[in-house]
Amino acid sequence: MIKEYHNVKSVEGPLLFVEGVSGIGYGEIVEIESESGVKKRGKILEISENLACVQIFESTMGLDTRGTKVKFFGETLKVALSVDMLGRVFDGSGRPLFGPKVVAEAKEDVNGMPLNPASRESPKDFIQTGISAIDGMNSLVMGQKLPIFSGAGLPHNYLAAQIARQASVRGKNNVNFCVVFCAMGITFEEADFFVKDFEESGAIENAVLFLNLCDSPAIERLITPRVALTCAEFLAYKHDYHVLVILTDMTNYCEALREVSASRNEVPGRRGYPGYMYTDLASIYERAGRVKGSKGSITQIPILTMPNDDITHPVADLTGYITEGQIILERRLQQAGISPPISVLPSLSRLMGNGTGPGKTRDDHRDVSNQLYSAYAQGREIREIVSVIGEESLDDVDYKYLEFAREFEARFLGQGFYDNRTIEDTLGIGWNLFSILPESELKRISPELIEKYFKRSL
Amino acid sequence: MLKKNDVKIRGKIMKIAGPVVVAKEMAGAKMYDVVEVSKDRLIGEIIELRGDKAVIQVYEETTGLMPGDAVVSTGRPLSVELGPGIMGMIYDGIQRPLELIRKRSGIFIRKGEKPDAIDRSRKWKFSASVKRGDTVKRGMVIGSVKESATITHRIMVPHDIESGVVGKISDGEFCVDDVICEVGIDNGGKAGITMRQVWPVRVKRGYAKKFAPKEPLITGQRVIDTFYPIAKGGTAAIPGPFGAGKTVTLHQIAKWADADIIVYVGCGERGNEMTNVLEELPKLKDRNTGKPVMERTVLIANTSNMPVAAREASIYTGVTIAEYYRDMGYSVALIADSTSRWAEAMREISSRLEEMPGEEGYPAYLASRLSEFYERSGLVETLSGDFGSVSIVGAVSPQGGDFSEPVTQNTVRVTKCFWALDAKLADMRHFPAVNWIKSYSMYVDRLSSWYKEKFGDEWNSARAELVKILKRESELKEVVQLVGMDALPYRDQATLLAAKIIREDFLQQSVYHENDTYCTIERQGKMVALILKFYDECKKVKGELADIKKVRVMDCVKRIALLRYMDDDKFDAEYEGMIKGIEDEFSKSGELADD
Repeated sequence: MIKEYHNVKSVEGPLLFVEGVSGIGYGEIVEIESESGVKKRGKILEISENLACVQIFESTMGLDTRGTKVKFFGETLKVALSVDMLGRVFDGSGRPLFGPKVVAEAKEDVNGMPLNPASRESPKDFIQTGISAIDGMNSLVMGQKLPIFSGAGLPHNYLAAQIARQASVRGKNNVNFCVVFCAMGITFEEADFFVKDFEESGAIENAVLFLNLCDSPAIERLITPRVALTCAEFLAYKHDYHVLVILTDMTNYCEALREVSASRNEVPGRRGYPGYMYTDLASIYERAGRVKGSKGSITQIPILTMPNDDITHPVADLTGYITEGQIILERRLQQAGISPPISVLPSLSRLMGNGTGPGKTRDDHRDVSNQLYSAYAQGREIREIVSVIGEESLDDVDYKYLEFAREFEARFLGQGFYDNRTIEDTLGIGWNLFSILPESELKRISPELIEKYFKRSL
Repeated sequence: MLKKNDVKIRGKIMKIAGPVVVAKEMAGAKMYDVVEVSKDRLIGEIIELRGDKAVIQVYEETTGLMPGDAVVSTGRPLSVELGPGIMGMIYDGIQRPLELIRKRSGIFIRKGEKPDAIDRSRKWKFSASVKRGDTVKRGMVIGSVKESATITHRIMVPHDIESGVVGKISDGEFCVDDVICEVGIDNGGKAGITMRQVWPVRVKRGYAKKFAPKEPLITGQRVIDTFYPIAKGGTAAIPGPFGAGKTVTLHQIAKWADADIIVYVGCGERGNEMTNVLEELPKLKDRNTGKPVMERTVLIANTSNMPVAAREASIYTGVTIAEYYRDMGYSVALIADSTSRWAEAMREISSRLEEMPGEEGYPAYLASRLSEFYERSGLVETLSGDFGSVSIVGAVSPQGGDFSEPVTQNTVRVTKCFWALDAKLADMRHFPAVNWIKSYSMYVDRLSSWYKEKFGDEWNSARAELVKILKRESELKEVVQLVGMDALPYRDQATLLAAKIIREDFLQQSVYHENDTYCTIERQGKMVALILKFYDECKKVKGELADIKKVRVMDCVKRIALLRYMDDDKFDAEYEGMIKGIEDEFSKSGELADD
C-alpha cells in the first residue's frame, strides 16, 4: 500500500523529518519527490507515532519543507535479482547504469537475514591466487573474508585485480567462479581501472559491478555493499557460483556511517565513529561463508585505506576483529620497488590451517610457511641491529639471514602484478631460498620433509 | 508463557529506533519483564519504565514494526529453561536452539522462530535418590538421569519450594514436563516437581557457602598451568588485539581444560569460528573420559551479525546454565568470547536510550555489570552439600590493542588472572602470544600448596626461577641493544640462552601438533626440571670453556627443543636419560678441553 505525505517538518543534513504519518513500518523504503519533480530514495531510520526520520541516500539539495512529497511503499529496500546481471554494471543502489532493467528472478531484501551459525560449513577449499605471499604464507580459503589493509598511494587496486584475475581452485577447471565488485566512494579512474582490467582478461563476462563513485551521494554508500552482497548471496546460494566479492573502499563506507550518525546527534565512540560500527560492519562481513546444502560460496576481499597508515584506526581495527585475517601492504616495500608490497609478518590468514596441507595443497606447505616467517623475521631483526650497531658484531649465520631477507623480498614477494604462480612454484621458491641458510637453521621443518624437498632442490 | 491467572498487560508501540522500542499503555508492567512485540511475537525485554511508557529492547530484527503494533507482557523476567537435554546443544543468546531453527527455516534465522529450548518429547531414564517420607529442601538433589555419555544430570528441588516431605516418587522413563516427584509442602499444600525448571538469567542462583578457590584448572597449556594458573572457581581475562590468538587460546581451554562441563559463549564474534568449534568438538576425545568433548559442552552462539540485544543477553544465559550445573556438584568453566562485544551491545542500547555516557560512550554502569558477571564465578558448597565451581575466562578485545580502554580496565579490576596477548609476539609467530612480563595470576600463592602437595616444594621454587630468568632477560636485552651480545659476561649470556630456551621450547606451544597441543601437568614439571638442570650446569662452566657459542650447539640443547613434540610413552625415558645426560655432556666437554 503506497501512502503519500506532504508534511515535511525539517531537513537536516541527509535526514528528513515527516510529520503526521501513520501505519509506516521501521526500516521501510521511501521515495521523495522535490517540488521540481526530482525523485530521491531513502529509508526510515526512526519512527514514532507521528514523526518519521528518513535517511536520504542522495543529496538533499533542492528539497524544501513545503513542496516536497514523501511516498511510503510499505516494504523494505529490495533488489531485483537475476543471473543475467553477470556482465553488467549498476549504480550504488542497484539500478543498471546502461541497458534495460533487470528481469527479476527473485526480489530480496538488501539487509539480508542473519545466517544461522548452525547452518554454516567450515571454509576449507584452498583458492590459488597465484601470489606467493598470499598462497604460500596467508592462504585464502573459499568462504573466507580476508581484507587488504592499505594506505593512500599503495597499489591495493592492482593487487585486488590480480586476485580477481588469477583466482582458481586447484585441480578443478569447471568451477563456477564469478566476481561481484562493489565500489564505494572511489574515483572514476580507480573504477575505470577495474572495468578495463576485467574487460581485458575477459572476467567482465562473469562479473557484476556496483559503482558508487566519489561524486555519487555519500549516503548511498551505506546500501551499496548490501545490494552487492544480496546479489552475491543470490548467485552463490541459488546458482551455485563461487563468488569473490571485492569491496572497496571500506573507509569511505565508514565515513558515510559517521556522517549519518553525527547528523542524528548520536553519542560518538572512538574518533567520532558511532558505537554500533562494529555491529554494522559485521552485518556486511559476516555475509561471507559457505552453507550446508549449497555448492556455492561467498569469499570477500574488502579493501580499506588506513588513514595515515595507522592500523589502530577504528576502521582497520574493527575490521580486523571481524574478518578472518588481513593482508597488509607496506609503504617501505613499495618504496624499495617491491610489488606487490605485502608485509607478510603482520599479515595473517586465520583459515589457512583449514585449507592447506596434504591432500589440499602439499604436505610441506605449513612447515615451509612457518620457516619462511621465522627466517624472514630473524633477517629483519638482524637488519635492524645492523642499522644501529653496524655489521662488525655479526657472525656468518647472521650474514646468511641478511641475505635471506633480501632475496626473500626480491624473489618471493616481488613477483609483480602479472606473474601467476602455482602453489608448487611458490613452495619451490621457498625451498630455493632455504638453501641460502645452513640446514641446521631449518628448525621449523620436519626432518622427513627436509629429506624430501630440500635435498632435491639443491 | 503466560500463567492463567495473570492479567495480560497490553500496550502499543509508540516509537521504534533500531533494537529499542517504546510502548505506551504499559502500566503495571515490571522492569525486566519479557514482552512479545507485534503479531510476529518478537521477544523483547523491558529495560526502562516512565509512567505508563515502557522502553523495550527487542532480541530480533525490528524492521517492519509499526507504531500502534501490540506489545504484550508475559509478566516474567528473561529466563532460561533448565533440565536434561541442554548438554551438547547450540543455542543463540536467548536460548533458542539453532539446530532446530535451521531445520525449520533454512540457512537464515527468520523472525519469530522460537522452538522449545529443551526437547519436551524425549524420554529420560530417571532414578530417584530420595524416597517417600524423606524431607527435602530447595536445591537438594532428588534423583538423576544420564544426560550424555559423560554427564549425569542431577534433578534438584526447584528454588520456589522451601522444604517439604517427599510423596510419590519412582524410577522410570519420563519426559521433562512429567511430574517425577510429589512433595508435601510445609504449609499443607502439594507440589509436583518436573525435570524442567525456569530461572531468570539476570539473577544469580543460590548456594550454601562460597569458598576461596584452592585447586588449579588444568588446561594443558604450559604458559597457563606453569606460569599463570587459573583456579577452579577463579576468573581470568585474556585481552589482546586482533590476530593475537584470543580465540585459539579459548578454544584450547574449551577442548582440554579438566572441568566437568564447558559452557562456551560466542558473543558477537565470527560465525566461521563457531562452525569450527561445532565441527571439531564432536571429533575430539576428552582426555579424562575418552568420550567426545561435545558430550560435556554447551555452546551459546550469538555471532556478530545476530541481533545486538540478544548478544547482551547471551552472557547471562551462559552463566546461568553454568551455575545450574555447578549446583549439581560439577566444576564448570564458562568461556566468553568476547566480553568487549557484550560491552558494546550495552553501549549501543544505552545510546539508543539517550543515557548520559561514561567513558568512550560506554554506559556508566559498565563497571558494575562487568563485576556482577565475574562475581558469579566461584567455588561453592551447593544447597545439596556438594562442592561445585564456576570458573570464568573472558576475552577482551580492546580497540587498537590499547589496554587503557574502559572494558579492559574495568575487567582487570575484578579478574584475578591476566593473560596479556601481544601483537609483537604474534607477528613473530610466538604462540600462545601471552606476554610473560605483563601477565600475572593472583592464584599463584593460593595454589602453591596444591602444587606442593602434588610435586613437592621444587615446583614453586622452579616456577619462581623461570620467572626470574625471563625478567632478567628483559633487562639484559636493553644492555645488548646498546653494547652488543659479545660485551656481556658469560654468566649473563648463559641466562639469555636459558631464557631463549624457556621462550621457544617451553612457552611456545603448537595447537596443530598432536603431542604438543596438550601437555600434562606432570610433563610440564619435568620439562621445567630439565631446563633448570641445563641452566645450572651451564652456569657452572668456568674459564676458557665458558663460551656460549659452544654451549649453544650442545646435544642437550637440541634434545630439550624436541621434548614438546615427543610421544607420551617415550617422554619419561627421555627425561630419565637427560637428567643424567645433561651433566655428563657438560663434564665430558670439560674433559675434552682438558686433554
